[in-house]
Amino acid sequence: MDFPEDLRYTREHEWAKKKGDRIVVGITDFAQDQLGDVVYVELPDVGDPVKKGESFGVVESTKAVSELFAPLSGKVVEVNDPLTDAPETINEDPYEEGWMIVVEPSDPKELEALMDAKAYRAFVEEQE
Amino acid sequence: MRYHPHTPDDVRAMLDAVGAASLDDLFRSIPKPLRLARALDVPPALDEIALFGELGRLAARNDVAHPPFAGAGCYPHHVPPVVDQLLLRGEFFTAYTPYQPEISQGTLQALFEWQTFVCLLTGQDVSNASMYDGATATAEAALMATRLTGRKKIAISAAVHPEYRKVVATYLRSTHDEIAVVPFGKDGRTDLDALQKAVNGETACVIAGWPNFLGVVEPLPEISAVAKKAGALTVSVTAEAVALGALQAPGALGADVSTGTFQSFGNPMSFGGPAPGFFALREANVRQMPGRVCGATVDKHGRRGFVLTLSTREQHIRREKATSNICTNSGLCALAATMHLALLGKKGLSDLARLNHERARLLRDAMKRAGFEPVFSGPTFNETAFDVGDAEAAVHRLAKKGIVAGAPLARWYPDLPKAKGALLCVATELHSPELIELFAQSVRG
Repeated sequence: MDFPEDLRYTREHEWAKKKGDRIVVGITDFAQDQLGDVVYVELPDVGDPVKKGESFGVVESTKAVSELFAPLSGKVVEVNDPLTDAPETINEDPYEEGWMIVVEPSDPKELEALMDAKAYRAFVEEQE
Repeated sequence: MRYHPHTPDDVRAMLDAVGAASLDDLFRSIPKPLRLARALDVPPALDEIALFGELGRLAARNDVAHPPFAGAGCYPHHVPPVVDQLLLRGEFFTAYTPYQPEISQGTLQALFEWQTFVCLLTGQDVSNASMYDGATATAEAALMATRLTGRKKIAISAAVHPEYRKVVATYLRSTHDEIAVVPFGKDGRTDLDALQKAVNGETACVIAGWPNFLGVVEPLPEISAVAKKAGALTVSVTAEAVALGALQAPGALGADVSTGTFQSFGNPMSFGGPAPGFFALREANVRQMPGRVCGATVDKHGRRGFVLTLSTREQHIRREKATSNICTNSGLCALAATMHLALLGKKGLSDLARLNHERARLLRDAMKRAGFEPVFSGPTFNETAFDVGDAEAAVHRLAKKGIVAGAPLARWYPDLPKAKGALLCVATELHSPELIELFAQSVRG
């Protein structure tokens, strides 16, 4: 299980990464492993607002449909459209090609409140 | 299918297995104030001999001298006896799609074939494994349209079955979506100018009959063009599915969703129900479809098998975020319809539809000779509203001759220009030319 050091994590298993003034969001290696084969993903449109802790989309595997929760509040400025046709990318490469949205944060400090890699690893181990 | 008698020893063994001293003890977790302390207020139990006597007495009150001329959403058709015989097979005898599905390959295969028939007849890409009935399927289509478009207004033709419209209104009451009812013209078809005015950028869908409740075939391409221009979906509703053997598939004429019932196949009228609902749509919208789909696949040895798919969005998995809270899908009724359609085949269905249309034309001619004109000028399939002067009086008069004359439209449309006289009558393969002649003469009195 992979827990990259440069990311921040939520208790709902999303990751957030700083890229300039913006934040890239996806789901973690642990999340994709638990879901199994991802067959469908529903993402917001560019310009949509997102709110910390609230649903911004849906990811569906052969086993379950799960909500995607925003790690922080802001506005969606980029969406990884190729995922719609190739949702398996989320299983294959959750931290790079499998990114989901880029957010322009309304309060960049919200990122600091998220777990770091060490804390998230401990959180996952506790769950298992 | 095994027969399980319910002996006192069986009951004792089951109670022992769960550690309960008695039946009352089994229910001890229910708080005392919630328990009924007296016997149920129902007549005493009858033995089988007395029960058969009572049911026979009730059945004798049915006057079945002639097939009814009343359709109005529930249609008299011939059901081949082989359908009822096959339905008795134990493997099929459940009203539900199983929740431990893959063990029930027979049921899944039958529902897969149901879906195939629904797609062939509606011209849609995907059908679900059937719905509770036609009215709830239509309400689910309205809810789905609001989810897909993010809009809160529904435009529904006044010529959609009035009881379907009531169910749609009931479903939408809790979601606070608005319903605009679009009137129909003298031809019995949805008024396109009124539709144009009712539909705008807030409209989620337009719902119209195919054919409609008045028996009239709607201008579906024009209706769906109005919807499409406003970015709304078009929902076609079919209560008399034999019509689909003669009319073009609604999916080919612009309908994005097709709903209705297949009661006309394999299912008797049964005092108005139960009857299987169908729901079919374009593949692009499949993730918002209520219910589930039976899919064909192969097992690890490469043998063909069937699975339930797309059930991840249902209530038992996704709880309050489920696409719908459909419970029963009238599975046994859907199975009966599937069997009947399989027996008919493509040519058989086409012949049956043609025969229905011919009988309706005979009825029209006979009524005309008897002095009764159609109320609406639009094209019809097998159902026609006639102006008989006093429809309720005609129904009472013909009942004395053992004929169910039709449905007086004033019961649902009191404001219709010719409301008092409008009698909606159906003619199917069950109505012989002689019976049709007798009917027309009897209406004249």
